Amino acid sequence: MLTDYKKAYLILADGTVFEGKSFGAEGSVIGEIVFTTAMVGYQETLTDPSYCGQIVTQTFPLIGNYGINDEDYESGGSVVSGYIVREWCEEPSNFRFRHTTVNDFLKQYGIIGLYDIDTRRLTRIIRESGVMNGMITNIPDFDKERCLADIRAYSVGSVVPKVSVKTPEEYKTDGAKYKVALIDYGYKHNIRRELLKRGCDVTVFPYNVTADEIRAFKPDGIMLSNGPGDPADNTASIATLRELIPDKIPTFGICLGHQLLALANGASTVKMKYGHRGGNQPVTDLELDRTFITSQNHGYAVVADSIPESAGKLSHVNANDKTCEGVRYTNAPAFTVQFHPEACGGPHDTAYLFDEFIELMQKEGGER
Amino acid sequence: MPLREDIKKVLVIGSGPIVIGQAAEFDYAGAQACRALKQEGLEVVLVNSNPATIMTDKHMADHIYIEPLTLDCVKRIIKIEKPDSILSTLGGQTGLTLSMQLAEEGFLAENGVKLLGANPETIHKAEDRQAFKDTMEAIGEPVIPSKVVETLEDAMDFADNVIGYPVIVRPAFTLGGTGGGIANDSDELHEIATNGLRLSPIHQILVEKCISGWKEIEFEVIRDAKGNVITVCSMENFDPVGVHTGDSIVVAPAVTLADKEYQMLRTAALNIIQALKVEGGCNCQFALNPDSFEYAVIEVNPRVSRSSALASKATGYPIAKVATRIAIGYSLDEIVNQVTGKTYACFEPALDYIVVKFPKWPFDKFVYAKKTLGTQMKATGEIMAIGTSFEAAMMKAVRSIELGLDTMSKPEFAKLTDAEVGQKLSDIDTDRSFCVFEALKRGIDVNTIHDITKIDKWFISKLKNLADLEAWLADGALTQEKYDTAKKYCYLDKSIEKIACQTLEEAGIKRRKAVYKMVDTCAAEFAAETPYFYSTYDDENEAEEFIKEHDTGRKKVIVFGSGPIRIGQGIEFDYCSVHCVWALKEMGYETVICNNNPETVSTDFDTGDRLYFDPLTFEDVDSLIATEKPDGVVVQFGGQTAIKLTKHLQDIGANILGTSAESIDAAEDRELFDELLEKCGIPRPKGHTVFTTEEALASANQLGYPVLLRPSYVLGGQNMIIAHCDSDVSEYMEIITSHKLENPVLIDKYLMGTEVEVDAICDGTDFLIPGIMEHIERAGVHSGDSISVYPAQTLTERVKRVIVAYTERLAKALNVIGLVNIQYVVYNNEVYVIEVNPRSSRTVPYISKVTGVQMVDIATKIMMGHSLKEQGLPTGLFPVGNYVAVKVPVFSFEKLHDVDTQLGPEMKSTGECLGIAHSFEAALFKGLIAAGFKMYDKGGVLFSVRNEDKPEIIEIASRFEQLGFDIYATSGTASTLIRNMIATNFTYRVSENQEPNIMTLLESGVINYVISTSETGRSPARDSVKMRRKAVERSIACLTSVDTAEALVKCIEMKKSIDDVEMVDITKI
Repeated sequence: MLTDYKKAYLILADGTVFEGKSFGAEGSVIGEIVFTTAMVGYQETLTDPSYCGQIVTQTFPLIGNYGINDEDYESGGSVVSGYIVREWCEEPSNFRFRHTTVNDFLKQYGIIGLYDIDTRRLTRIIRESGVMNGMITNIPDFDKERCLADIRAYSVGSVVPKVSVKTPEEYKTDGAKYKVALIDYGYKHNIRRELLKRGCDVTVFPYNVTADEIRAFKPDGIMLSNGPGDPADNTASIATLRELIPDKIPTFGICLGHQLLALANGASTVKMKYGHRGGNQPVTDLELDRTFITSQNHGYAVVADSIPESAGKLSHVNANDKTCEGVRYTNAPAFTVQFHPEACGGPHDTAYLFDEFIELMQKEGGER
Repeated sequence: MPLREDIKKVLVIGSGPIVIGQAAEFDYAGAQACRALKQEGLEVVLVNSNPATIMTDKHMADHIYIEPLTLDCVKRIIKIEKPDSILSTLGGQTGLTLSMQLAEEGFLAENGVKLLGANPETIHKAEDRQAFKDTMEAIGEPVIPSKVVETLEDAMDFADNVIGYPVIVRPAFTLGGTGGGIANDSDELHEIATNGLRLSPIHQILVEKCISGWKEIEFEVIRDAKGNVITVCSMENFDPVGVHTGDSIVVAPAVTLADKEYQMLRTAALNIIQALKVEGGCNCQFALNPDSFEYAVIEVNPRVSRSSALASKATGYPIAKVATRIAIGYSLDEIVNQVTGKTYACFEPALDYIVVKFPKWPFDKFVYAKKTLGTQMKATGEIMAIGTSFEAAMMKAVRSIELGLDTMSKPEFAKLTDAEVGQKLSDIDTDRSFCVFEALKRGIDVNTIHDITKIDKWFISKLKNLADLEAWLADGALTQEKYDTAKKYCYLDKSIEKIACQTLEEAGIKRRKAVYKMVDTCAAEFAAETPYFYSTYDDENEAEEFIKEHDTGRKKVIVFGSGPIRIGQGIEFDYCSVHCVWALKEMGYETVICNNNPETVSTDFDTGDRLYFDPLTFEDVDSLIATEKPDGVVVQFGGQTAIKLTKHLQDIGANILGTSAESIDAAEDRELFDELLEKCGIPRPKGHTVFTTEEALASANQLGYPVLLRPSYVLGGQNMIIAHCDSDVSEYMEIITSHKLENPVLIDKYLMGTEVEVDAICDGTDFLIPGIMEHIERAGVHSGDSISVYPAQTLTERVKRVIVAYTERLAKALNVIGLVNIQYVVYNNEVYVIEVNPRSSRTVPYISKVTGVQMVDIATKIMMGHSLKEQGLPTGLFPVGNYVAVKVPVFSFEKLHDVDTQLGPEMKSTGECLGIAHSFEAALFKGLIAAGFKMYDKGGVLFSVRNEDKPEIIEIASRFEQLGFDIYATSGTASTLIRNMIATNFTYRVSENQEPNIMTLLESGVINYVISTSETGRSPARDSVKMRRKAVERSIACLTSVDTAEALVKCIEMKKSIDDVEMVDITKI
């Protein structure tokens, strides 16, 4: 690696150019640049569908230390637009590592990577200016002005359809007590695993499932998944959820699912300056008066004041910036959180919310 | 939850003298605790026997007792001060054990004192081996198959018949794993278990299945009373399980764990702290099978620890401060994170760098000691290095540790054959990381090294990157690309030149200076308020930006710290550095600290206005100066580490505040110093400079034995001996020449007189001596190992006047601006100078505390241009106060196998404690008690002394006899004693191999004190050394100087108990 590399560049919408080295796939890609502060769990990050349309920067400088294994995928592959690290590890060491390095992984999924740049400087730019579009390219004589025009014109757009399943998928567990409809806006597989582990049969429905289809399925509970993009773009999905409110089906929402249910109830969402991405965000559960460390990945938030009193109330807040991290609904047996209780990567401290969902289904409908 | 209403006055127990396993980290934790309590408006009472600490400084608490950390003393202080609470978790094992004993005895309840931080139940569950195992099993956390035993038979039975070998022995309730070890067969177990059972205060050991080869991972966890829990930091040991974490290279965060393993262990750590109901900080150590998800909990410490100090510095998260606030009622979500000012203590730090901790071992001093590493800690200190890659952090670490290295290449390994290197890989010792590097350079592959060492391949591969880089640098012409790559890995310019065999100028390289990045707890997610920096070779300089944005217009001073704690350069220099910073701040200067020791108060991010956590080498300092552009720099408080920078700093045009580089040189360069003494008309023992054994022998015979031998430029008496005969000289010169010391050897006539030490403050015109200290041991015992008494007790007025006059002459002739430490020997009523150190010294903290003369503050003001007169201070010798203070050294011999305990010119003590009282006798008594001496009123005393000491030992033996002690002695000593009508039991020497043998006698338990002096020592094969080591193993006080023995017998004769002596609040002196 000392002498054998190709140069690559990062061009930011504000005109800043970083010179680094190319890894993964080669070529040029434009995306929204975000950073995650998680120190472990890069494989989960790379396979998290919520990053669709984004170029992910790791603030921890040493990535790929334990390689890529077959088990820690959070989706079928990777949909990140690009990947930026300070250093990737050529010689990973871990008992589950076989032969795939991060470099191999990026090549396999055609993801353009950039390494050996000052990722802290990049993070500070994003922190100060807010999320920004950018381009990774390994074309040395790029036309900066043309690139900038393209970069500025870019928008993540409506990406949920890209990452959602196309047709329902069924997952059974032995001796299941509940039947859960998991609406897939780009779900992380550990949501499914957590439900299966707790005795739920899970059917994954596409994002555009209709209210009638859900009703016909007669689920004990609905699980609204995480997913990428601006929540407000998903007008049809929001309408479906609004339609389902009167059905009073126990519902648990995570991340985008949390935002969509809030929008369906008349609340609003806002784009954050640079979002929360990492495994160290403190969230206070207002009912328990306890603060938990959570895994997060979101660039939009529900405006806490916008939740109609008739619909529900704020249940969780971010202990740092006091943004809305959860809503408990009063008009339906539903609760949602902005963070990721399914973890992967990140701390498992809020896994108890899955237990609450089970309890809710138990209370509302009883075991089957 | 806010501050508890029922807490108004809190007793904080410190950790006592610095010993291996319990060092400066507790001064850092204790100082943070005291400050946090005072910020809450609480009244703070402090007890700590260690006078060299910041925490015993008048700023830190309302009432300060530098008293022995014994149950009786603490009880008396509680009776006097009547605190309503006691904080148990900030004073290391010592503080915790004392608190627990007080609670269990019911004393706290009787006196209405609440125990804060941890309750006895928590401590019991964490520290009692069986209770711990039961607790872990109850919450489903796996532990290593093990059994708690109280007899040797049970230990052998469990190992032989249940778990098989190898096994690890861990004694209950001992510091740093004292008395533990790995046994590979039943013979070894017999020895280790016997020793462990004895050393454990409750005679209990754990015999455990050895899981060597597993990864060792630590988590620092914090919990509040609400049940909020967070992990501050994960750490991974370079060495697999089996090497004490204090002796292992450690990185933070853990690097070879995938999210699955990481979260598994993190969750386990949270479960453990919840189960133990700790309110504050807790350290959890795990062993992780490298081939599966199998893990085991190794150890839990429900208190702040060395690891928590490291974690605090590694992340910027002040664990001790937060733990203290939790102890007095706050919850994590109420405590603001001072680094960001925006976030709360209830979050987990995110790092965007990697930290490497490297231990500092004392084996450069103890040439005969075993360098092998095991479960018993041996390091005296450590350094920390921060980098954006492991390689960079490692390169910084290796030059911070002050082994004379600037890369991972150890010169002595270059001489080995490939086969020898391969062989040496299997030695688990202090050189292992260097050996791995040597092996990689020889082309031994990563897998082979891993198979032998079980060190994770990740670490080996990273070291291989360094080896590859060096090979690339050495291959052909140096290019800018090669240079830039090497700089990214934080190689020094001079190392690059050396490896490439070209100068940068020849190669036309554009030199780079380091820039600085911030440690901010959050990986840049939030803008940080508190400035804590480390160097990298990127383009953006955050420190420069920060300095611009926060420009105060005030003048700026950099204070250089003292690096890792080692024998001869300890916590006292941190005390001095911190005091200097405080004084500068008070005067309105902007202060910058540069240091690399994670255990200290100086590297707390809010001690100075800015902190740079970096190595203290010329080039590192150059970059810092370029970024900070200071108005002045201070080197005289950072021990030899900072002093060594003086000339270089002057060469690059930095403004050195205080004593100049020339003066420092004049004191250290033998010839210049001789000229100076001659000019001042001050005598010193005659001596010469020699280079070879022949010259040394000729010189020694000319001077007449005994003579003192030492290399020039020494610290802490390193490699210094007293030679009594030709063979001593030859042996010494052989060792010295084998170490390839480039400087000549100094040989002096040795005068066995009274040693006197003076610390003076000088402004160039006037001078002030706060006090004259006299050593109990005659010259020849290193000043750091002597019992030191202030004020001097036996000196005549004339001698005192001469000392004051010489001090004035020397201080002025050297043009000292600030502090100077001078050592004299008084021989036949004549005063000779032995040594002058134009810098702060080991005795400054204690003299400042007992005289009330704040030496560092005054010296700092002098350096900034305020004369003694301007400060309204008297000159000359400061009037003697009402108290006598006796400083007693403390050793860590039980941790260092094969180190001869005989005191000599080479310093061996790791710490010290102080006794203060109105009379000398009472102060001495307290000092000895604080240092761990037990005052028996009867029993046995064993004498074995060299010929010169025989006349003097008669009186001491007779006094012991009169007190009712049985006297034992080896042949020569016995006949002397018997001739003088002292009833003496004769015993054979070790090698005489006959009963009654001295070893049997020591084993038998009838001996309470050993008084042993010998002509020569050092080599572990010698009889006298074996005997003294046996005494250490049996925890029998062993005195190696007639003078120390005299002091001890004097104390025993007083027939006092600690209840008879006053407890002194030093804030009232």
